[in-house]
Order: sequence, then structure tokens, then C-alpha cells
Amino acid sequence: MRKFGFSISQTRSIDLDQIDFSCLNELREAVPTFMVCINCGACTATCSAQQFSDFNIRKIKTKLMQGQYEGLAKELEKCMLCGKCTLVCPREVNLRNSIVNMRRILTKKNK
Amino acid sequence: MMMNYFSPFVLPFVLGTFVLLGICVFKYIRWYMSFDRVQRSKVKKNILSLKFLPAIWEAILECLFHRKVFRRNLVLGYMHSSIAFGWFLLIVVGAIEAEVCINGSKPFWVAIFYRFFVHEHPTTTSIVFANIMDALLLIVLSGVMLAVIKMVYSKIVGMRRVTKHVLFDRFAKFSLWFIFPLRLLAESYTAAYYGNGGFMTQALGNLFAPIYHEYVEMALWTMYSICLAVFFVSMPFSRYMHIFTEVFLIFFRRMGVTEGDEPTGFTKYELSACSRCGICIDNCPMDKQLGVQGVQSVYLLRDVRYKRGTEEVANQCLMCQRCSSDCPVGLDLMTIRRQVRTKESALDASGNYSYADNIQAFNSVGRVLYFGGCMSHLTPGITESMIKIFEAVDQNYWYMDKNRTICCGRPLLQQGFLKQAKDLRLKNQSMIIKSKAKLLVTSCPICYQSFTKEYNLPIKVMHHTEYIAGLIKSGRLKLRKDDLKVVYHDPCELGRGCGIYDEPREVLKSVSNLVKAKDEKEKSLCCGFNLGSTMLTMEQQTKVRDAAVESLMYKNPDLIATACPMCKKAFNHATTLQVKDIAEIVAENIIDNGQLTMNN
Repeated sequence: MRKFGFSISQTRSIDLDQIDFSCLNELREAVPTFMVCINCGACTATCSAQQFSDFNIRKIKTKLMQGQYEGLAKELEKCMLCGKCTLVCPREVNLRNSIVNMRRILTKKNK
Repeated sequence: MMMNYFSPFVLPFVLGTFVLLGICVFKYIRWYMSFDRVQRSKVKKNILSLKFLPAIWEAILECLFHRKVFRRNLVLGYMHSSIAFGWFLLIVVGAIEAEVCINGSKPFWVAIFYRFFVHEHPTTTSIVFANIMDALLLIVLSGVMLAVIKMVYSKIVGMRRVTKHVLFDRFAKFSLWFIFPLRLLAESYTAAYYGNGGFMTQALGNLFAPIYHEYVEMALWTMYSICLAVFFVSMPFSRYMHIFTEVFLIFFRRMGVTEGDEPTGFTKYELSACSRCGICIDNCPMDKQLGVQGVQSVYLLRDVRYKRGTEEVANQCLMCQRCSSDCPVGLDLMTIRRQVRTKESALDASGNYSYADNIQAFNSVGRVLYFGGCMSHLTPGITESMIKIFEAVDQNYWYMDKNRTICCGRPLLQQGFLKQAKDLRLKNQSMIIKSKAKLLVTSCPICYQSFTKEYNLPIKVMHHTEYIAGLIKSGRLKLRKDDLKVVYHDPCELGRGCGIYDEPREVLKSVSNLVKAKDEKEKSLCCGFNLGSTMLTMEQQTKVRDAAVESLMYKNPDLIATACPMCKKAFNHATTLQVKDIAEIVAENIIDNGQLTMNN
């Protein structure tokens, strides 16, 4: 069977009152441009790691904004830091710096 | 006999000398003991070889004459070598003078305080010596004078800015500066009474003659001695440690010792060999274009040496290597910066790159392996042109990363993710070896530097400019020449990084009319988009880029050529001019065989 990239997700809910925004706040401070992202997905489309795997930097961004930090650090290790995403970003988000800082912050949290 | 040559004022100097020697010997041995295995085996292998002879010559040229500083600016060179070489000669000639003019045994400090101890009426020899010593002292004093002027007006030595030193360095500097005027005063004062001075000290001494008093003489000599002692004791802990360390560094370097991934004793030698002259600040794009201070190599090395907070400093750098090529001591500044950037093991865990495991190498016996690199995928013109060139010369090739590309690992390495970078290197390396190709051609200078310096490949690696230059030279590629005025931008990684300056120019000369940029070759400016920095904002990168474009527009070219996809991307929207990679220009000018026959 061909995979078209669609699947049935498990039902889940995010309790907005319980979200831990600590990582996001720390990232905002380190990389202010992170917040001007418009979720266009250009970074994900050009990503070298994405060509091989289901690595999706936009998805990671969304999860981070929702405070869903679980498994993100491991996922971010797929990044090769080549910098194509930063170059194509129409909003001039410094994605390389975001990724390095996300990894730093998330690794610290998991410790 | 011995007692004749003793006076209490020599004690500070004698003590200072022993403390200095003791600390230096202790430090040098301890640093050598913490060399890693590779570095130590290099030393053991080469310590008795002929590599010593050029090292001695280099040490004389650099440490005494300051050749590289002279090359940069004559006044700056004079300032440094007048103090260093002048003082060295003062000590050597002083020792010879003491040896020639005094019979019998004497303690070593007599050479330093000769005029105080030897008063007899000058013979011809001693007159000659006194005048030589005065001339040397005058030279040193002129150097000190320049150094004082440089502190307030650095343009006199051709520098935009001087290093901002820490308090302790300034203290050591002032103690050095005071040594020579005090020596002049002390010698003149003695000459006032005994008439044993040279042209300068005697002239000054004659002025002092009416106010001569024995106690004042003693006080002056004591101050001179204390000043020497203060400088000697502060030397091993201040920037002046470079005086001796540079000699050792030159010898180790000649023996083939290089920096490794982790700081070792050799790094300590390098850190201490930095004289904090601040030459690296002058052309640093971070300072010159962006006004960011306190992050340049001189400050980084100082902070590492004194174990201050360094991460912020280490990250604020484009890694354009301009400072490395300017450094008069030739320190491996980029590797030291990378060592500071190295992430702790929790963050630099083995990469999660299993997704790239199942890529198959294509059997490419007899073929050329073409590696475009990540960035070339954003500048498809370059890769398409390369394919056109391969086809024009009937060269079979395998485009290794045509659809999916594994990064060469250098961007990770530069950010200090060493283990992950190694993971990627191993993946690419095994693919390259399995393909059995005879030659690897890459379009990206970042990959090129990685392949040549960090990989261990059994085949030859070429940047596409080298490859094209070879094709033209051997006559396989026939090109049309037009008279478009083209300026070439040296990418940091290809030029300063790998020393490739001539091949791209040869290629461009054979297809166009190459004009000069304002800053070329080693001095070329960074395009601002170098992957070495993650911290720079787009606004800052644009500022650095604009400076580079301005330098390229010097002779009003019609076209900007470069050899790096990153630089091409950077310049693309910066100017109304066309920006092309060398491969693209060449591909457009190929005379194919069909056309040749038609013309014939």
C-alpha cells in the first residue's frame, strides 16, 4: 500500500491552563526572530533531513508552541545544521540558531 | 673580588630573574606533559631531524625581527622589533661588554648594571661600547615612545583600533615602559659623576652634574632594578609570556604538532604565544562592519587563558578566517574557537542519522564523483552547469547527492557538535569509498575544505574551479572568450581556508576580462553568510555583505563571479549586477564540437 502521508491520529487534548511555557520563553529570549514565523513550511520543504525521513521542523515548532516537549530533543538530533532552512525563510527567522538553542534548552530540561 | 660587584639594589632584579625562570620552566614542562599522544609522537619523531634548522631561522625572523609585523606596517614593525630586538641586543652587547672589559669572574647582573659597577676612565674599547649601548637604548626608547603614541593615536602604526587590555596587562605594560627611561636616568646620573657614559647618557649626565648626590644615584638604580623585577614577575601571567612562548611554538609547529579537537598543552602554548597585539581586530568584519567588540580572537584567547566566560564570545564569529591569515604569530585561531564551542556530551550525543543508512553507493569505477553540497540545491544553476561541463568533455560522472544530500558535517563541526559531525563524515566517507570513483569534485567550498581536511579519503578531491582549470589546461574544454568585465570574489572557505586563489582566476581569464577587486585573495571580505555563525541577524549579515559588494565594485565590473553557492546566494539580491558561479560562466561559453566543425 502506498503511503500518502496521511494517517489517523490518536485523540488527544492539550490543557491550555497546564502548559509549561518555560522552554518556549527561554527560546524567545535567545532567538527573538523565532516568533515572527508564519508557519509557511518553506524550511521543511527545503530541509535535507526531510528528504530522508519524517523530520519536520514546522511540526517541531508547532509542538514547541503548544508546550509538547516530549521527544523533541531526540527528533532535533536529525538536523544536519546545513542552514538551507535559514536561507529560504521568507520571514528571516534565524532557524539555525533556533535549532541549536532548542536543543540546548530541551537537553537541559530532560536532564 | 665578588664583593666588589655587589650592592643591595641588585636583589630585586636577581630575585625577579629566578622567579621568572622558575615559573617559565615549570609552566613549559607542565604544558608539554599534557600534550596528547599524537602531538607527543610528532615531537619524538622530529626532535632530532633537520626540521630544526628552518625553525631556528623562522624563530629569528619572527621573534626578533618581527617580519610579519613589518610586512603589515613599517612603523608597527619598527615599534615591535625596536623594543624586542633592541632589548635583546642591549642584553647581548652588555654581556659582551662585561666579558671584554672585566677580567676574572663576575656575577651575571654586572652585564645589566655595568655602568654602576665599572667606573674607570674609558679606554677606546669601552668608549665604543658605551656609545653602542647608548644607540641601542635610544632605539628602544624610540620604540617605547611609539607605543605610548599608539595608545592614544593608533593610526600612527596603521591600526584602526588597539586592544582593550585587562588591568593586569596594563600594569605589566607600564612596568615594561618604565624600564628604559629609568635605565637612561640611572646611567646618566652615574655618568654625571664618573664620566663613563656614551653620547646620550653623558650629555644628559652633564646636566645632572650640579645636582649629583650619591643617594639619588642609588635610588635611581634601585628603581630600575625594581622595575625589572616587577616586569619579570608579572611576565608569565600577562600577555608578555608571548616573548618566550613564540619560540617554543615555532619549534613545535615545525615538528608537525597541530591543534586537536580538544584543548591540550599545545593549546596552552598557543594561548600564551598571543601577544594581544590586536591586529586581528582591525579587519574583523564583526568589528569593522558591525561594531561588535570584545569577541575577536585576541579577546577569545585571553578569556580562554584566564578561564573567564567564553561561550558568548566564541559564538559571535563568522569563521571567515581573516584573523588567522592576519595573525603575525600564525596561531590556529579557528580551531581554538571551535574547541570553546564544543558542546558538552549530553548535547553532542551521537546523531540521530539512521535515516541515511540505506543509501546505496553507485558503482562508479573510472567515473568522477560529483558532490554538489547542500547549498548547491538552492542554486541549481551551478549543478546544472557542472553537468553540462561533464557532458561537454564526455566525462562519466555520478552525481552523488542529486536527489538527497547528506551534509558534509562541517556546519555541525563549526558549531561544536563533534560527534554528530563525525557520524555524517563516516556516512559520506563509506559511500565515497564504496563507489570506487577516481576523483571527487565538489561545488561547495565548505564541503571541499571538509573533504580535504577532515575526511580521510583515498581519492583526490577537487573543487570545481580546480577541475575546470585542469580541463582547460589539458585542452579538453574549449571556451569562447568575451570581453565582459568580471570581478572574482574569493570565498573564505576556498581562499583563506584552502589556499585556492589562482585556479578560479585562470578559468575566468580564459573566458572573460578579469578585473581586480579592492580587497583580494587573503584580504577578501566575507560575504556575511558564512555558516560559521548562528548568532548573526539577517540585518548584520546584510551589512557585512554590502561591504564585500562595495569592495567588488571597485573597477565597475559587469558581472560578479564567485565559486561558492553560499556567496552567490548572498550577493544575488545585493546588487543590480548579475552574480554567477564560475561553473555557470564556463558552461555558457563552451564551444561544442558541432559548432567547431561548422566554423571550420
